[in-house]
Amino acid sequence: MDRIFAAIFTPEFLFSVIRVSTPLILGSMAALICNRGGMLHIAFEGVMLSAAFFGMLASAVTQNIILGLLGAVAGGLLISMLLGYFNLVLNSDRTLTGIALNTFASAGTVFALYLLVQDKGTSSSLPSLVVPNIDIPILKDIPVLGTVLSGHNALTYAAFLTVFITYIIIFRTPLGLRIRTVGENPNAAASVGINVMKIRFITLAISAVIASLGGAYMSMGYLSWFSRDMIAGRGFMAIAAQNLGAALPLPSFLASLAFGAVTALANVLQTLNMPSEIIQSLPYVATLIGLGFFGYAAQKSGRKRTKAILDKARAAEGEKS
Amino acid sequence: MEQNILSMENITKVYPNGFVANKGVNFSVHEGEIHALVGENGAGKSTLMKMLFGSEKPDEGRILLHGKEIQIDNPTVAIQYGIGMVHQHFMLVPSLSVADNLVIGMEPKKKGLYDVAKAEEITREAAQKYNLLVDPQAKVVDLSVGLKQKVEILKALVRGAKILILDEPTAVLTPQETKELFVELKHLKTQGYTVVFISHKLNEVKELCDRVTVLRAGRSIGMANVADVSQQDISRMMVGRDVRLDIEKDKPHPGDTVLKVSHINKVNALGKQVLKDVSFSLPHGVILGIAGVEGNGQSEISEIISGMDRSFDGEAEINGKSIRNMTVRQVRESGVAHISEDRMTYGIVGDGTIAENIISDRYYKKEFQKGPLLDQKKIDEMVDDLIEKFNIKCDGKDQPIRMLSGGNMQKVVAAREFTNHADLIIANQPTRGIDIGASMFLRNKLVELRDAGAAVLLISADLSEVMEVSDRLIVMSGGRISAYFEDASEVTEEDMGLYMLGLKQMTPEEIRRASS
Repeated sequence: MDRIFAAIFTPEFLFSVIRVSTPLILGSMAALICNRGGMLHIAFEGVMLSAAFFGMLASAVTQNIILGLLGAVAGGLLISMLLGYFNLVLNSDRTLTGIALNTFASAGTVFALYLLVQDKGTSSSLPSLVVPNIDIPILKDIPVLGTVLSGHNALTYAAFLTVFITYIIIFRTPLGLRIRTVGENPNAAASVGINVMKIRFITLAISAVIASLGGAYMSMGYLSWFSRDMIAGRGFMAIAAQNLGAALPLPSFLASLAFGAVTALANVLQTLNMPSEIIQSLPYVATLIGLGFFGYAAQKSGRKRTKAILDKARAAEGEKS
Repeated sequence: MEQNILSMENITKVYPNGFVANKGVNFSVHEGEIHALVGENGAGKSTLMKMLFGSEKPDEGRILLHGKEIQIDNPTVAIQYGIGMVHQHFMLVPSLSVADNLVIGMEPKKKGLYDVAKAEEITREAAQKYNLLVDPQAKVVDLSVGLKQKVEILKALVRGAKILILDEPTAVLTPQETKELFVELKHLKTQGYTVVFISHKLNEVKELCDRVTVLRAGRSIGMANVADVSQQDISRMMVGRDVRLDIEKDKPHPGDTVLKVSHINKVNALGKQVLKDVSFSLPHGVILGIAGVEGNGQSEISEIISGMDRSFDGEAEINGKSIRNMTVRQVRESGVAHISEDRMTYGIVGDGTIAENIISDRYYKKEFQKGPLLDQKKIDEMVDDLIEKFNIKCDGKDQPIRMLSGGNMQKVVAAREFTNHADLIIANQPTRGIDIGASMFLRNKLVELRDAGAAVLLISADLSEVMEVSDRLIVMSGGRISAYFEDASEVTEEDMGLYMLGLKQMTPEEIRRASS
């Protein structure tokens, strides 16, 4: 037990929380935007996986980080635009299409990987470029705080920034107002001449760009290669995080950090010779517990509120008579 | 000579499922008039107006604006031509503010961001100019129906509408709100705006409109100056024959109490108290009407008594037994039948056949079983009999119910709910959206059932229906009973309106009579 606490109460642990939270933060912002626009889907897993693969490929081929990131975004957009086409144009079921695209991305990337490097596991023989880490001047010299917050991957800082940008887009721009309108009452949007399908495609596209950065982080930061199914459920955890955050940017960000903390904890415990099968399931168990607790708390506070309102009303009646 | 600002010539519209909604319809309006478009439900009024607003395209015919032919491909184009529409179901986003709703699609910008202050200013100015007073910062979800309608009218006006189409605007309003709306519309008329007023309430047409066009079964039957025709004339044009619009019934003979609800309180999911200390009782042989503007607690009462909602405070008893811990089936078996206000969700299974829909409340009973299977022969006999008795127009009992018209669907629901020997029949908006013929059929059925001893709870937003059919009346406002009338025939519409709006409230003693 002591060894565990010793491992957790260190600046290095908090640093790793932020490190593993990065794809969850980006993923949850992407899911949040889709949710606001009434387009929440389950293909973030596929979007991020495709982005991770194309990020690796583009950066390895061009030896240029920017082009690598653009490749990742293109890879993510590919999946999400396919989803848009099937769901919005051909009227397919969004969940079924999401399942199909997730499996397609999983198998398709392995297939392409094999064609490229004759390996079905990783692209280690075709390493991707890694987005550089950034030391923040002044901050990096502050003890503890510097260790925790400075020296992260540039994409991690981009993730923090995305939380703010998401808030601006959704709540402060005309486009955000339209996204929310389409999400809540598409007929109302159509009746004032808003092109509902266009807004939905834009919603999917913005969200895919953000999720793609999360995918790129996996193969161009967290690791320096692509490996099969490397998103490993993060796309789903991101959906859960924005759900716990009630589709609001800051609470969703905090929920992502919470899931990240559990993942980091699992990583630490693994180094301490705990049975890895159990440890590795921790983040997923945490997601389940999080969702269950959220539902329970909402129900309980609802009941409490009901009682309070009724009591108050009765008291008011009593005074009158 | 007055000028036609807008005319629709020889319009035909056939829906993909083969339904002919409009056939060779002619319709034209003068600049600056209030023009009524009347017809029964299903006569094609809404379809005609949808084509004017660009949500549907005509298959034949042309539309002329100021004498020039125009194509209206979508609502954006309609708005550009100065045509605005206030839909029957409001096109508003509940979680947003009034100002947000007003400017969606034409948002004011400041440095690329949405300028909320400017949006509120636009709202305030428009509200002043057109004398439609609303609070720009209020959330739409908190507004009354009347205020929501004002927001909708403003929404069309700030987009530059010169021709305003209102689709049954008074269907959801109290008499007082209706009066207010008429003043506002007449005010717009003096400012040069043209109004198309869709309705089937002929007294309103007489009061408000200059001319009237009548549609029947998708065709235009005629056009007249309102001053030259009587309500009877218009009604004959609408229906094609003289229809008796009054209900014949004798005095009620109350028996033992069937339904008793006491001190029911309920807080909904949004934390709003939707029922406040509601108590009343209902004996055999009586029709108790619940009137009120929609959303004042009537739906909640219906859901609680039918057993669909169990999260309430207080007590509800059927034949002396509490239903609090009963399942819906147990509630039904203790003698409750229920016509839900949401026909498509709770009334029917769209893809199911007429027969399947009718037996859905009784398929499990011994009399319809033959070993482990359903007794098909017996079911067929019963269903054929009911189709005839309830005068359901269909191709046979195996036709999917979604192919039927709204009126015939509701007759199927009635064929199920009126034949399970219930002591209490809850009829929640039983005639909403169905034609006059079917409505009269169902209303008379309710009276028949009451004469046979059933207790009927009639919930309706249609004021004339609830006043005419009911023996006793409750008025709901803001989740509480604001009035109780022992004899529905001695109440006036004006009085009802005041109680519906909550402007008048009976004393607790007077209301207590409802539970005696």
